[in-house]
Amino acid sequence: MRTLLSIEGLTVALPPGADRPHALEEVSLELKANEILCIVGESGSGKSMMAGAVLGLLPEGVRATAGKILLEGENLLTLSDADMRRIRGARIGIIFQEPMTALNPLRTIGDQIAEMFRIHTNLNRAEIARRVTTLLKDVHLPDPEGVQRAYPHELSGGQRQRAMIAMALALEPRVLIADEPTTALDVTTQAQILKLIRELQERKGTAVLFITHDFGVVAEIADRVAVMQRGRLVEVGSAEDVLDRPEHPYTKALIAAVPPLAPPPPQDVAAEPILRIEHVSKTYRKGGLIARSRRVTHAVQDVSLNLPRGGTLGIVGESGSGKSTLARCIVRLLDPDSGSICLGDTDLAALSRRAMREQTRHIQMVFQDPFASLNPRRRAGELVAQGPIIHGEPPARALAKAKEMFALVGLDPDATERYPHEFSGGQRQRIGLARALALEPQVLVADEPVSALDVSVQAQVLRLLADLRSRLGLSMVFITHDLRVAAQICDRIAVMQGGVVVEEGWTAEVFGAPRHSYTQALLASVPGRDWVPPVQADALLAVS
Amino acid sequence: MMRVLLLALRRLAASLPTLFVLLAGLFLLLQLAPGDTVDALVAQIGGGDPRMIEELRQYYGLDVSVAVQLGRYVWRLLQLDLGFSAIYGKPVSEVILERLPATLLLMGSALSFAFAAGMALGVLAARRVNRWPDTLISTLGLVFYATPSFWFGLMGIVIFAVKLGWLPAGGLEEIGAGYTGLRRVADIAWHLLLPTLTLALIFLATYLRIMRASMLEVMNLDFVRTARAKGLSPRRVITGHVLRNALLPMVTLVGLQAGTMLGGSVVVESVFALPGLGRLAYEAVVQRDLNTLLGIVFVSALLVILINFIVDLLYARLDPRIVT
Repeated sequence: MRTLLSIEGLTVALPPGADRPHALEEVSLELKANEILCIVGESGSGKSMMAGAVLGLLPEGVRATAGKILLEGENLLTLSDADMRRIRGARIGIIFQEPMTALNPLRTIGDQIAEMFRIHTNLNRAEIARRVTTLLKDVHLPDPEGVQRAYPHELSGGQRQRAMIAMALALEPRVLIADEPTTALDVTTQAQILKLIRELQERKGTAVLFITHDFGVVAEIADRVAVMQRGRLVEVGSAEDVLDRPEHPYTKALIAAVPPLAPPPPQDVAAEPILRIEHVSKTYRKGGLIARSRRVTHAVQDVSLNLPRGGTLGIVGESGSGKSTLARCIVRLLDPDSGSICLGDTDLAALSRRAMREQTRHIQMVFQDPFASLNPRRRAGELVAQGPIIHGEPPARALAKAKEMFALVGLDPDATERYPHEFSGGQRQRIGLARALALEPQVLVADEPVSALDVSVQAQVLRLLADLRSRLGLSMVFITHDLRVAAQICDRIAVMQGGVVVEEGWTAEVFGAPRHSYTQALLASVPGRDWVPPVQADALLAVS
Repeated sequence: MMRVLLLALRRLAASLPTLFVLLAGLFLLLQLAPGDTVDALVAQIGGGDPRMIEELRQYYGLDVSVAVQLGRYVWRLLQLDLGFSAIYGKPVSEVILERLPATLLLMGSALSFAFAAGMALGVLAARRVNRWPDTLISTLGLVFYATPSFWFGLMGIVIFAVKLGWLPAGGLEEIGAGYTGLRRVADIAWHLLLPTLTLALIFLATYLRIMRASMLEVMNLDFVRTARAKGLSPRRVITGHVLRNALLPMVTLVGLQAGTMLGGSVVVESVFALPGLGRLAYEAVVQRDLNTLLGIVFVSALLVILINFIVDLLYARLDPRIVT
């Protein structure tokens, strides 16, 4: 098949002082007409730099120093700015990751799509309006007329991404670059967007350069796969070859870190619950003097769940399902409106704030974002020691304990003197764990603890959690949107939708024979669900 | 449109208590200062016998308790009656109305100039960030900000009025020239040039810094990258996508600074001998003219509230995400 885009020996230099001299080194790649080529890699592998280099939109101070980028035979690296502008949008389209922020919040969707025609064509207004409507219909947006007049904040994430795709494909570019287009979306939305990209690609014969970190997505959509590691291309091949018969050790390690969707054999869990959540409800009200502007959101509605002692209860659901609200109610960061949360014999929901502070030593939380959840101005050791000090431990003892905790979560005990920014994302999440564990809690509530991490780091943290659970006899509430992760770590699963638990049961049962239609839909949406990673089920433990 | 209207009504309702608290607070504060209007009046006419003073107090309603005075004052305000100025010998509303146009003119032109020039310079600095135009503009901004406005005014008078003789040294217009129509407008504009620049420079520095920071922030946002990926030229990226987003904090600042600017005009009006509200306030304080002073505070509070109200509406027009 004809090659549309060909990258030859591309080297992109980073400014002096970066963690490595080159963002990309000697990368050669061909994108053929009518194919989807997935570029996979972890954060920092240079995959987004590749998109930037092709479009001529590299960050300040970063530039291509060697090689060629040929678009249908024309070297893009030698073109002037003005010539590049004629190619951007018209011959190479791009979809970005964050549909929330990738559209101008102050201009209507229709206006922003129409802009593509206004800058690249001489069409008149009526014709542009007609084409915009057709485009919005093509991406299956309901009510294309209404969407045209809508502002980005009035659409859901999936709808915004559809609008973004409509914009990228407006001028029928031969090449479409999709930079993590579904990473910020819910799993069911992701499945629809992937289907849409595939459908439009087949209909228009577009060549798609699809950048992702998710092997599930690769399995779902790729014709060919290119694997990147620290700026180098380590393996290229057909999707089948790379996914099922990886050759390079890095590819093998990455694939081994992908949690399989099939749950491992169940472990023995005590029948007696340590935490009983009974009829918990939480409603958000947004008030106003005028009744019309009042908004009521039933975030959690009459939820009853049990966490068995020493077990892990997974709460899965999409954004807005109320899972994070529930987690915050359990540790009383939010006060539930009704219901009880019994830790042993104590009803946490009924405690006063002061009494609850006493109880926090028994129940601790780990947060999603390891970058945002640590105070950047305090040393890591202080952050970990803070909890015990508040609960009456002498500071010297607490700091010694912090060192112990660092060793427990696999960090260098001497690293307690360092500040959070000196740690990597995975290490920061370990600090978060050490902080929670320093109080020796009975129950750990983990809210998406691995969602912000690369797949290999995610595997390490999950393994650490499993290990801590068996060593410390910890019981855990594990909130996640990722069914693969849930399958691997949870004994029981509760599926939430719109604030309600629609299904709850043993992991193997829920995954093997889902009863509720929403659970079925969720499972059917997991990208690459038919692909079984070619490694044993305890793959989580194999990678380090 | 319904959205903006609803917002307008709500903001309007919320500003009424502000106005009341302000007036009551000021009224009570002025009661704490020793001496009243009658003392000042008697001092002016060179003293008088206690009976006459007593009668004067009765005449101006100063013989009753503070609470009753406040009650009476608020009651009169509700009927839009600002009272009678003992010093000027006419209703306060009349005194204020005479002085209001000069202040409005000065504030309006200074605000517009500071906003426009600050915006333009901010955009320029942000587009050439960390290069010499940016350094020059930022340094200039700092100089403007650090220099007191009366000094600017005096230097302006010394250089342009005294040494060069290009501009008038003070006043609102050529008195006794009897200009009418366009000729008069030009004359007033000529007189207001220096005061406007003097008052605007400090505010210009703030606008410039905010605009520069805001531009730099917006230029890093994802949708600007999208705009560039669409093939827009740098100029169209700025005008079509960055500018309006970057203007949002500027608009907020206009509302916040309206009050400060009114305060700043006291100094500038004094330096340039402009018959404005600021100078009237100063005179009213010196002469213990409680009614006039309260009237000025009432009118300036109304002015600031009005400006903020307009700013709120403008903001709602600019940003579709604002909900009522």
